[in-house]
Amino acid sequence: MIAAIQTSPEVFEQTFLLIRARILEIAATLDRLDRAEAAESVRADPRFRQIQQGLEILLSDGFHRAAQIQEIFSDQYDPTWMKKYLTTGERPALSPSVPH
Amino acid sequence: MYYIDPHIHMVSRVTDDYERIARMGCVAVSEPAFWAGFDRGSVDGFRDYFRQLTEFEPKRAGWSGIQHYTWLCINAKEAENVELSREVIKMIPEFINNPGVLGIGEIGLNKNTKNESIIFQEHVQLAMELDELILIHTPHLQDKLKGTRMIIDMLMSDRRVQPERVLIDHVEEHTVGLAKEEGFWCAMTLYPITKCTPSRAADIIEAYGDDRIMVNSAGDWGPSNPIAVPDFIQELRKRGHPESKIKKIVYDNPLEFFRQCKRFEFTPPDTLVDVVPTELPMER
Repeated sequence: MIAAIQTSPEVFEQTFLLIRARILEIAATLDRLDRAEAAESVRADPRFRQIQQGLEILLSDGFHRAAQIQEIFSDQYDPTWMKKYLTTGERPALSPSVPH
Repeated sequence: MYYIDPHIHMVSRVTDDYERIARMGCVAVSEPAFWAGFDRGSVDGFRDYFRQLTEFEPKRAGWSGIQHYTWLCINAKEAENVELSREVIKMIPEFINNPGVLGIGEIGLNKNTKNESIIFQEHVQLAMELDELILIHTPHLQDKLKGTRMIIDMLMSDRRVQPERVLIDHVEEHTVGLAKEEGFWCAMTLYPITKCTPSRAADIIEAYGDDRIMVNSAGDWGPSNPIAVPDFIQELRKRGHPESKIKKIVYDNPLEFFRQCKRFEFTPPDTLVDVVPTELPMER
């Protein structure tokens, strides 16, 4: 792993205005959603709940927020998918003992 | 700094883009076969596309002094047509030994369907039979995490697959660890809205290291930026990362992966003047 070269105060100085701008952009977008007609239907949209969950993660501590937010916006994985999808006849004949 | 864009769809870009990326330091590109924006209707449509990838694009890239490499497959978006997919897979060996062909790609999943999974495995089967490298497309947005896990499941279930000969592309924060932990190469795509921004890609490098990882623009016919790799270089420079580390990610790593292909030939940029072709675009 390559550690971040900069100290946290240096990163903060460089990104403060960027973070501020992005928070404002999200706030203004949420305002736009609320002042438009039929705002209730958007609040009932499952994707809006995903947005809310993402915002909650922003307020948490740690350094995996981006990955956690990505997972909120991800479909569920079923570890048994291969049995359901691929019957023996549909899978190409494998030769597991043949190395490169 | 010289760099390589290991994933860019130049058939969708104009010749001026070759010139622009050359001026930014790009010395080589690799172009995976992909979806044209519409489903092609016949195997001959793919045959013409493969001719374009292996014959014309290397020539067009050469006008700007760029070395062009390519990958062959039928894209996951078109894999729902299993019959056509199988015809295309059967046709790939006609082109696989052409100069500049690096292997089978970009294969993968799109909506994580049964037919996509079947055609993915048949591509892998071909790659194993021909001893070829594999370049993998992982799905977009909400399908990415599930699809990446499914792809890794399929690869790990075939004991012939050597992870170091497979590149899993379009990784992001939630999938990079899955690919790296199993020993695969991986790549981050720098897109304006979806996938990674240069700053997030730099964050991932800082978190996961610079081994077996590269970045690309995946420039194509959609919203994309063919000079995104230089933006990533600039981001790492601004953060104070040494030039040697940056070069490893944008130049040395793609070369290390590509050199596993038995056909790969590369002329380092300090000798590129020797390979600039004499046939210029005005002579077309």
